[in-house]
Amino acid sequence: MKLNTIVEKQQLNDTVCLLGIFNPAVATKAKAGQFVILQHENSERIPLTIADCNKEKGIVYVVFQQVGVSTAIINQAKLGDVIHHFVGPLGNHTNTNDAKYACVIAGGVGCAIALPVAKALSQNGTKVDAILGFRSQNLVFFEEKFQSVASTQIVTNDGSLGQKGLVTDVLVENLNKKQYDLVFVVGPLPMMKAVGDITKNCNIKTIASMNPIMIDGTGMCGGCRLTVDGKTAFACVDGPDFDAHKVDFDQLIARNKTYQQFERHAYEKHCNLLNKQ
Amino acid sequence: MINNQKTKTPMPIQDAKLRIKNFDEVALGYTLEQAQNEALRCLSCKNSPCTSACPVGVNIKDFIAFIKQGDFEKAYHEIAKTNCLPAVCGRVCPQETQCESKCVCGIKGQPVAIGRLERFVADWYAQHEHNLKAPLSTKQKIAVVGSGPSGLACAGDLAKLGYKVTVFEALHTLGGVLVYGIPHFRLPKEIVFKEVENLKKLGVEFCCDVVVGKTLDVDELKNDGFSAIYLATGAGLPKFMNIKGEHLSGVYSANEYLTRINLMKAYQPTSTTPILKGKKVCVVGGGNVAMDAARSALRMGSEVHVVYRRSEKELPARKEEIEHGKEEGLIFDFLTNPIEVLEKDGFVRGLKCVKMQLGAPDQSGRRRPEVIENSQFIIDCDLVIMALGTSPNPLLKTNTPNLETDKWGCIVVDENLQTSIENVYAGGDATTGSATVILAMSQGKKAAKSINEKLSK
Repeated sequence: MKLNTIVEKQQLNDTVCLLGIFNPAVATKAKAGQFVILQHENSERIPLTIADCNKEKGIVYVVFQQVGVSTAIINQAKLGDVIHHFVGPLGNHTNTNDAKYACVIAGGVGCAIALPVAKALSQNGTKVDAILGFRSQNLVFFEEKFQSVASTQIVTNDGSLGQKGLVTDVLVENLNKKQYDLVFVVGPLPMMKAVGDITKNCNIKTIASMNPIMIDGTGMCGGCRLTVDGKTAFACVDGPDFDAHKVDFDQLIARNKTYQQFERHAYEKHCNLLNKQ
Repeated sequence: MINNQKTKTPMPIQDAKLRIKNFDEVALGYTLEQAQNEALRCLSCKNSPCTSACPVGVNIKDFIAFIKQGDFEKAYHEIAKTNCLPAVCGRVCPQETQCESKCVCGIKGQPVAIGRLERFVADWYAQHEHNLKAPLSTKQKIAVVGSGPSGLACAGDLAKLGYKVTVFEALHTLGGVLVYGIPHFRLPKEIVFKEVENLKKLGVEFCCDVVVGKTLDVDELKNDGFSAIYLATGAGLPKFMNIKGEHLSGVYSANEYLTRINLMKAYQPTSTTPILKGKKVCVVGGGNVAMDAARSALRMGSEVHVVYRRSEKELPARKEEIEHGKEEGLIFDFLTNPIEVLEKDGFVRGLKCVKMQLGAPDQSGRRRPEVIENSQFIIDCDLVIMALGTSPNPLLKTNTPNLETDKWGCIVVDENLQTSIENVYAGGDATTGSATVILAMSQGKKAAKSINEKLSK
């Protein structure tokens, strides 16, 4: 089989899609928390955290949400197509050592990133709780996969499945009765910030998996810089995991808006083009 | 016959008013007549001072002699003996501080335009069909990490010596800084790809999308049967000033800005790569990368200021680029140093600077810039590009614990460019920090020589 062939494609909900890509070198090497960069046709280079690997079959799984032109281009690729460029595994893996009881918190598409971490923790003998947040029931995915490795609680904003509210509501309740020594959080920046604020007060080590704007992913462009503990760090070579209590989330929230206008225009243009076709 | 003309034969260039609206090459290249006219200015000095000032030792007077005779094929092969990327070097080498600085004609007039002649020969050769035959690859397998100028130079020399060479590149396109960094208007990408094609004809294999240290590590390469490895991973993380506001939207490193434009083709209307186009852009720095970023920004439609803390005399960029930049309308703010990037709604609204004056010379021999008190002022701008150089990439070191680096993170090598690991060599910006294309190439060639000597024992 040709390297980078799409061997599995599954729509997880309206906008979130899972791809299985044949690349034995990356599948063999990848560890929880690392990412790959995809580039297809005239797309940008898109960093995606690895969701799972089948080392025997040499398959790397990634999950992405269609949000702009580049992810729309990837989304058009079909089963059997060859992704033009696929490189990894990049970044440092999540350090899961020493934790006795961990809480893995994820929001939306972030659940894909949290799953391998929950698995690695569980395999390491750590007791794992998972709190998964979605806007609504129809967006929920990976629930069963999480249940096989963690005691899993679902939270939806509208209460259509599991508890109604936010992941932080459940976290606060859990903290009253459980003794976590590690929290891993991945999802929208405001959610990660809120989780960090709560666990900081309880003095629980908290890892946030960051996904800033990135191009090369190997420490060349400097686009993925963020401030951690008052110092500039680069998510691609220093991360993507950072101490959630030290990340300047407000700065990143502002920075991630850099291309909002550009992307809205580009996406509309792309969709118009597709409609014409 | 000698041409006594005191000045260089002028290079045809694209008009400044036209060229700031496109990314096409600025210098158009000599015609055959212009090249021969310029070649006739060469005095063929016996001791060839020019050659001694060339980092790769190109036999300059002999290749120029072949131009005089009209034998451009031979002229090319004379250059190619020591320089496998003449079309690139003819365009981007700082000739004024190398070969041309030692030219005898330069004493009473301008030196012979050696760079332009080198480019002429390389372009002439590229326009004519050649049957390059791959040498018999009978010797050991060698891995070259990085397809920038240093890696390509090393790969070319080793292939010619009969080694089986594989080049590993982290990005999706070959050429390293020649492709992601240097803009099209200074070095058209077809020229780089043509040079890569020539190496493929010599039997060199290329693998994109492989990050050595991540996808594969040095030990695995050794176990895969590579007898020697040359690490030419280039410079790394862009430097910032550590001033307030550097994380605002609209502050780019020059690497990021140029990568978006060059590698990701943001200058083409069909590109999906986002880029902020400032109305008024400040580029901080005075090297070649700063000029490349500034002149790219001009072409993206911005008013561009180059903010440099020393004076014009200390600008480290290549002279021709500074002149071209001025013709194109770059505004230079010399003796000016930024102290804060000012914000509005998360985006850049200005650059707060102080005025500088030059004091006593520092270790580099250049006069040290000192702040003039109470000289703060603001340049209104909506984009800031930091072109302050790079610090070495930590990626390879992190994943190769026994690879020795110095306190700045540069890979440590001995006089033969061997690293702390047996049969693993390194060169180019990865060992020296940010330098020039030709210096990186000269190290690639040196590593090839060392590898050949070691493996031939």
